[in-house]
Amino acid sequence: MTVEREKLVLIGNGMAGVGTIEQILKLGGAYDITIFGSEPHPNYNRIMLSYVLEGSKSIEDIILNDRQWYEDNNITLHTGTTVVRIDEASRQIVTDNGMSVPYDKVIIATGSNSFILPVPGSTKDGVVGFRDIADCDAMLAAAQQYRTAAVIGGGLLGLEAAKGLVNLGMDVTVVHLLEDLMERQLDHTASSMLQAELERQGVKFAMGKQTVELTGEERVNGLRFSDGTELQSDFVVMAVGIKPNVQLAKDSGITVNRGIVVNDYLQTSMANVYSVGECTEHRGTCYGLVAPLFEQGMVLAKHLCGASTQPYEGSVVATKLKISGVDVFSAGDFTETAEHTVISAKDEWKRTYKKILLRNNIIVGAVLFGDVTESASLQKLVKQGTEMTDEIYGEVMGTGCCGGGSAKKGLSVETMADEEIVCGCNGVTKKAIVDAVTENGFTTVDEIKACTGATRSCGGCKPVVEQILQFVLGDSFQESAKQGICGCTTLSRDEIVAEITAKGLKTTKEVMNVLGWKQAEGCSKCRPAVNYYLGMIYPDTHEDEKESRFVNERMSANIQKDGTFTVIPRMYGGVTTPEDLRRIADVSLKYNVKVVKVTGGQRLDLVGIQKEDVPKVWEELDMPSGYGYAKSLRTVKTCVGSQFCRFGTQDSMGMGAFIERKYERLDLPAKFKIAVNGCPRNCAESCTKDIGIVGNDGGWEVFIGGNGGIKPRIADAFCKVKTDDELIEICSAVIQYYRETGNYLERTSEWVERMGLENIQNVILNNEDNRKELAARIDFALAQVTDPWKKMLNDDSTRTALFEKARV
Amino acid sequence: MDSAKQEYAVGPVQSFLPQIGRVVTAGNLELAIFRTSDGAFYAVENSSPHPKGGPLAEGIVSGHYLYDPLYDWKIDLRSGEVQAPDHGTVATFPVSLDGDIVKVSLQQAVFQS
Ligand SMILES: Cc1cc2nc3c(=O)[nH]c(=O)nc-3n(C[C@H](O)[C@H](O)[C@H](O)COP(=O)(O)OP(=O)(O)OC[C@H]3O[C@@H](n4cnc5c(N)ncnc54)[C@H](O)[C@@H]3O)c2cc1C
Ligand code: SF4
Ligand code: FES
Repeated sequence: MTVEREKLVLIGNGMAGVGTIEQILKLGGAYDITIFGSEPHPNYNRIMLSYVLEGSKSIEDIILNDRQWYEDNNITLHTGTTVVRIDEASRQIVTDNGMSVPYDKVIIATGSNSFILPVPGSTKDGVVGFRDIADCDAMLAAAQQYRTAAVIGGGLLGLEAAKGLVNLGMDVTVVHLLEDLMERQLDHTASSMLQAELERQGVKFAMGKQTVELTGEERVNGLRFSDGTELQSDFVVMAVGIKPNVQLAKDSGITVNRGIVVNDYLQTSMANVYSVGECTEHRGTCYGLVAPLFEQGMVLAKHLCGASTQPYEGSVVATKLKISGVDVFSAGDFTETAEHTVISAKDEWKRTYKKILLRNNIIVGAVLFGDVTESASLQKLVKQGTEMTDEIYGEVMGTGCCGGGSAKKGLSVETMADEEIVCGCNGVTKKAIVDAVTENGFTTVDEIKACTGATRSCGGCKPVVEQILQFVLGDSFQESAKQGICGCTTLSRDEIVAEITAKGLKTTKEVMNVLGWKQAEGCSKCRPAVNYYLGMIYPDTHEDEKESRFVNERMSANIQKDGTFTVIPRMYGGVTTPEDLRRIADVSLKYNVKVVKVTGGQRLDLVGIQKEDVPKVWEELDMPSGYGYAKSLRTVKTCVGSQFCRFGTQDSMGMGAFIERKYERLDLPAKFKIAVNGCPRNCAESCTKDIGIVGNDGGWEVFIGGNGGIKPRIADAFCKVKTDDELIEICSAVIQYYRETGNYLERTSEWVERMGLENIQNVILNNEDNRKELAARIDFALAQVTDPWKKMLNDDSTRTALFEKARV
Repeated sequence: MDSAKQEYAVGPVQSFLPQIGRVVTAGNLELAIFRTSDGAFYAVENSSPHPKGGPLAEGIVSGHYLYDPLYDWKIDLRSGEVQAPDHGTVATFPVSLDGDIVKVSLQQAVFQS
């Protein structure tokens, strides 16, 4: 027998709405739930679109609740469906595709839309907002095709969009109406420091410019400003603000001002209809950040579940910009007026700025730039309207005058209400964190993250999570526990390498035992790393551990998402022969290769080979492994060079093939790419390779640290050499130095920045003995390597165990 | 009887490398069988609970946990439970040792497609 449950319909499948539903489920609310969303996707973390654009996350990574979640919780989900009206008389909601669904209660959480400036040309192709996955996809696609972009709006969203587009390789100008960036959160000083920092990171600015027209035919090609000047641009992102999405409420006869008007229990003017999120106006305010929306959702969920709750009385908002290397924070009031007392400190050298505003000696606002460690305490102090005292002053201004400042750190979290949201991104309350600590015995931020999700997104809440940990654990809390190479250890790479050498540790198991790993056999992060370090330290004796290798390296082929594999035969310097091509074609036909793909590194990918066929494919190809899967030298890209090119001054094909043969197969911290060009025209694109070699009339020029991947970086000029022998010696020394000092998975682009170009030059160029020793060490290591395909073909039992399926 | 369970031999212990999974097909079911470093055997369905699916046999094994090869989800081989912050479950199957022979217990139904 089933009990009729009340029907709850949520309109808007976004962060606020689904956040509320999650709370209702937690509270055990007995509703029959249906959710409508205009977007075709399940619920995702909108905040993280900035990371998707920047390239550090994929769309899949930011899904908060996948379709299974809706199923598991018996929620009926209609994506790609827009609700057009709520019919109060018949108690039904009506959708654009003709559905009518009865309700007992409705939550409207329709969010906002990007505000598109109403100027001529704003509907041209190539003009987008920054709001949802579709916009993000449009930007990623534009970056593939176009070079210049303009972002209109220098607020939080505009700056994140701009930085993302710069990372994607575009030439980006931020157009801002006012003279100050983020003027709604920052004062003039912080804003100009921010601008200077972003300029260093490659963003251009056109300040004080009012856009009056977007020019172009079908597609936008530029902007015209009110002062008559113009800016050429192939792509325009509008990030000038958001507009609460209230059409549906309006059409249903619900009271709407700027947003949908609600009382302190989130009730709208229509009976049984509630509203939360950005579409909502509470006490005259519409919020555009997630923390307040989760606070609203919490109150509404309790109200709908009949639990007792305080009314929602508004939120103090705090802002953090999600751009790496740019720390900005603001909370509460930030522009000073006559009634404020201002405490400020600016340090031009360290590029930090701190400002606290007092009204009648109460802390009402704060701005931080460059160093945001105090953000958590300040946010609390502002929220609680704390009175300024000598003690607090000493603590937050860090003068250290009264000593013992840090002992007081727990002060603000102590008085924090249980239900208060600590992690705005993921809606995690103080209580959830305290429970995780007391019930599961967790003691680190990582554990809290794994269990509750707090700190998983923008990371802005980490200081508060640490303070809560410290508050709950008291003495047993280790001051922000040192970060190791993964969650299994607190040791850094350098410490691990030093311990291995000092103690003569030989296997990953030994390393983990002796050095006190938390998880005895490590995890998927540290096992491959430690295996690499051991091989680097003992090139001749270390027994490579297959079980500590990522699948691709263990199988010597690349796994694809459907579980089939890709095989890449080696083509030294990108050169092949008609005979080899014929053999590749024959084998591809025989084993039903799905796609033969020419890669960016000038070789052929044979994609979609069944696992059990992989060894046969190697055998019949009878070519060396191309290492497309490995943390080692992938390819040496070459141009045609002096053998054929009329401009060529050096034999790039010959040198490329030689180099590829010389360094192939050796394990390196990360994948490694080289290019060799016959002349400075650079047809093989050496500027984006780990080592780029450019021939010139008198010899070669060497570049290092280039990358064309997620974080593109142009290589640094390293040195010029006259002879081929010198060239090889330099390459050997650079690669070996990187092998010995690189963190596992660290590309040379990051390595060069971490070590400093000058330092690497010192080590290798200014010290001949050192250079020769490095070169000798790499030659020794190179003498040990063998072709994995050959080796596996000769090892029947391993091959069978790895590739062949057993049957019952 | 469809629901009857029976034990099926999948091969000798030596054909399973420690900490390296092996694919075993049983009728219309594909299993991933793991031998952990303490010598225990576990069998799970060779299909990741991640929304995008994919195999499990090629993952990295640590203790009785498996890190799936495509998305790095951490899965408890004993219960099939995906560890937080991700969630989901993989079907697990009982494994036993008969002398040197590894046996999995399966519903006979998997052989009747
Ligand atoms: C790129 C970006 C970065 C951000 N960064 C931050 C940050 O760092 N920190 C922060 O606090 N906030 C940030 N925000 C803001 C934050 O994402 C929003 O405040 C939050 O997502 C709003 O939640 P919501 O549920 O009200 O609206 P949304 O998440 O927008 O959800 C509303 C949903 O309703 C759907 N919908 C609308 N109308 C209908 C209808 N009639 N029928 C059915 N479905 C409908 C929409 O398609 C949408 O999916 C960012 C926003 C963006 C776009
Ligand atoms: S880099 Fe110089 S030598 Fe090589 S193909 Fe281009 S123009 Fe010719
Ligand atoms: S507030 Fe963004 S991760 Fe917690």
